[in-house]
Amino acid sequence: MGFEKFLFYVLAATLIAAAGMVVTRRNPVHAVLFLVVAFVSSAMLWMLMEAEFLAISLVLVYVGAVLVLFLFVIMMLDVEIATLKAQFIRHLPLALVVGVIMLVEIFLVVGPGNFGGESFPNPGPQGPDYSNTRELGLLLYSTYLYPFEIAAVILLVAIVAAIRLTLRHRPDTKYLDPSKQVYVRKGPDRVQLIRVPPEPRRVPPAATAGVEDEE
Amino acid sequence: MIELWNSLPEVIRILVKIVVILAPLMGLVAYYTLAERKIIGYMQIRIGPNRVGPRGLLQPIADALKLMFKEIILPTRADKTLFVIAPLLTLAPALAAWAVFPFDEGLVLADIDAGLLYILALTSLGVYGVIIAGWASNSKYALLGALRSGAQIVAYEIAMGFALVGVLVAAGSLNLGDIVMAQAGSLFTWFWLPLLPLFLIYFISGLAETNRAPFDVAEGESEIVAGFHVEYSGMTFAVFFLGEYANMILISALSALMFLGGWLSPLPAAWVEGVFLLDSGFHWLLLKTFFFMFLFLWFRATFPRYRYDQIMRLGWKVFIPITIVWILVVGLAVVYKLPPWWSA
Amino acid sequence: MLQTMRDYLRSLLLLELFQGLSVTGRYFFKTKFTVQYPEEKAPLSPRFRGLHALRRYENGEERCIACKLCEATCPALAITIEAEPRADGSRRTTRYDIDLFKCIFCGFCEESCPVDSIVETSCYEYCFEQRGEHIMTKDRLLAIGDQYEAEIAAARAADAPYR
Repeated sequence: MGFEKFLFYVLAATLIAAAGMVVTRRNPVHAVLFLVVAFVSSAMLWMLMEAEFLAISLVLVYVGAVLVLFLFVIMMLDVEIATLKAQFIRHLPLALVVGVIMLVEIFLVVGPGNFGGESFPNPGPQGPDYSNTRELGLLLYSTYLYPFEIAAVILLVAIVAAIRLTLRHRPDTKYLDPSKQVYVRKGPDRVQLIRVPPEPRRVPPAATAGVEDEE
Repeated sequence: MIELWNSLPEVIRILVKIVVILAPLMGLVAYYTLAERKIIGYMQIRIGPNRVGPRGLLQPIADALKLMFKEIILPTRADKTLFVIAPLLTLAPALAAWAVFPFDEGLVLADIDAGLLYILALTSLGVYGVIIAGWASNSKYALLGALRSGAQIVAYEIAMGFALVGVLVAAGSLNLGDIVMAQAGSLFTWFWLPLLPLFLIYFISGLAETNRAPFDVAEGESEIVAGFHVEYSGMTFAVFFLGEYANMILISALSALMFLGGWLSPLPAAWVEGVFLLDSGFHWLLLKTFFFMFLFLWFRATFPRYRYDQIMRLGWKVFIPITIVWILVVGLAVVYKLPPWWSA
Repeated sequence: MLQTMRDYLRSLLLLELFQGLSVTGRYFFKTKFTVQYPEEKAPLSPRFRGLHALRRYENGEERCIACKLCEATCPALAITIEAEPRADGSRRTTRYDIDLFKCIFCGFCEESCPVDSIVETSCYEYCFEQRGEHIMTKDRLLAIGDQYEAEIAAARAADAPYR
């Protein structure tokens, strides 16, 4: 057994164990962290297949950005574990049915007939000048340009929609716009010195009535 | 000697190389803390620590010893495992990123093609340590610090990524060594000039990524005491400290590599070929890195802390649009072979 | 419009930031003010208000006549005085305590004293190692006065023309 094969088995075992922990852990923060482990080990598996660009992008995009946001949201949730537990058993039959259907579907798509080692033979080790990144870029911007652009547009639409959904103007808050504050200039914008005339001395009503107060 | 070296198993050789990179780095981190206190002191017309050893040179060692012998306090109801892992998660990416860092032509531990992406991926992992530390501490200040830091790092990572996209468009490669070689020439062919906005944005985003002043709201001593590491003490705190300073050194070194021509000499190669100390070499990289490390401290001594909404505005509404525009400019310049940078 | 353009330009060129950097950059090279404390000490004014002391006349007689003006004027109520006639019939204190935790070192006691008995010395390097040591008793105050009499007299003499 070569070193690479050994690495493969270690990484695969880690990946499966971490994926199992993701669904069995009660604490959602732990679950997300195991998801991080799962992503990193699958990135390492891709690295073994010399797909370094994909592997590093997986870490960069999913671990570095998406899961951080996940963690961010989950941290702020106050999850009550007891109520979660109570609903686990109640939904078990439904969950089992959904799970089995999904398994069958996945099997149909990526089963040994379509996705086995026979249909995608190992391309073999590449020469020292071979750059995975360059090949991928060429493919993306030539053969798959159209799907690539469509995916980009869909993402853009999603971003715009998300911003539109969350953007609301609340006139009742005393929010200060920092981009306006930046352009505050010296002078009238900042501090204005106003000469206020001294307030005239109030004449007590008693004095007008003609009664002398003792000072 | 060379035969002995070659006869060692590869794993041992790699381990030795790692130690050769990391041991000086750790020493640099230790003395960077002293330099910070000295330089900021000087800027405040003080002289800084000068009691431990000659001119205070043993101060970092005293600090390290003190922290080592202090008790590690685990807060009640803290998540103990995560609490201890979190500092390591900030330190590890900062150290692992040096694997692809070229110190001189061909002098690199792992010469991989996607080096720039690897660095970007690892710097984006540093946020986990902060977030997990904040969550595991079971403390409101720590959680607030972690939230601030998480939002800030995610925002500035985009600007940083775009700045690096500009670099890779300019250099036409993701390999850090190739990026340096693409800047060959003289002081004016380095990327800082054609990529000036990206250079500034990269360095400022680097400040924000490392949670340094003026972007240190994650610590914000005056509002949330010390932010995410408020519950840490002793060695765990020291590891956070090491991670922060190692990250600062990494960002400085990367800025030097990608915008100031790395190990290249500022004078044209034809003039200084073979001239001692003027020729391109590791010492130039070191000098440029020290320059950026000094900038980190200079900024901290100069600028007051940004308000949180101003940080968010700067990241999202200023930096990201500027980087996108400049990537377009660089792309056009590369396509139309703007001299003197892309004429060849 | 023109003003907006100018604002944008100023903000993008980071002019104000460079100004700030130049200030700290200049200060970096300035002569440092640090006083290396145990070896060097900052100069003290003769009016410095440090640790208290009770003085004596040259013949060894204590100056304090237990008039209690200092006790009355003390804004922090730090002074406690009890007095009785002594065997020779003169009025003297039997107890003269200053609580240094209450004392705010305002110097009113010194100002109010008609016989220059209670004074504040230039001594500021003292510490308490035991509980209760912060109460300066009459004996300790007199001892301090004896110890620093030369300095106290010199400081009073230096300040005398301005009083």
